[in-house]
Amino acid sequence: MKNLLFVSRHAPYGTGIAREALDALLGASAYGQNLSLLFMDDGVFQLLNAQNPSKLNQKNLSANLPALPLYDVENIFVHSESLRARALHADDLVLEPKLFKVISSQEVAELMNQQDQLLSF
Amino acid sequence: MSTLHTVNKSPFSHSTLASCLSICQPGDALLLIEDGVYGALASSPQAEQLRAVHAKGVRVYALEPDIEARGLVGRRLDEVELSDYAGFVRLSSELRCVQSWY
Repeated sequence: MKNLLFVSRHAPYGTGIAREALDALLGASAYGQNLSLLFMDDGVFQLLNAQNPSKLNQKNLSANLPALPLYDVENIFVHSESLRARALHADDLVLEPKLFKVISSQEVAELMNQQDQLLSF
Repeated sequence: MSTLHTVNKSPFSHSTLASCLSICQPGDALLLIEDGVYGALASSPQAEQLRAVHAKGVRVYALEPDIEARGLVGRRLDEVELSDYAGFVRLSSELRCVQSWY
């Protein structure tokens, strides 16, 4: 079993990058690998609650996030400095606190070094 | 267990290089490509941070064709080594993982 880390660093809706990260992650979940997901930089905006892209004719990306554990994605990480730079707090986020772990830059570096493969989105 | 970081955005208009520099660790390598090579300039907003990670043991490279294309050959920081495409391939296979900052 390989350790795969999906690094998601872009905001939702403006480009398709955030959606592609989730699509690839759910695709990978079918292969029984050890999957982790990291939100950093503008990627943390994917976690904001109250998203409603219906007038953009797009699906709500954040709606899928609470279901990730059902797809065996149980290692969800959020970069603390990225949250702090955007003044986001746990109660602004769509995920319950127990579903993710907030980690420092040093811990991001350690997480990357534990992987067999990084997928950069 | 080290990582090759590639950065392809100019540090004058994006925070991509700053993010990368805050994560890379001794033993890692950083390769500036495409518009990322502007990060090799002494006038880059991240020049001091780049020098600091180099001093900590992060090897720093810039892709020579991209440097040459942009007229930066004589303008890069001493800490930044040039790499050709074959060097890019060598780094990709030498280091365990590649993180693409874009």
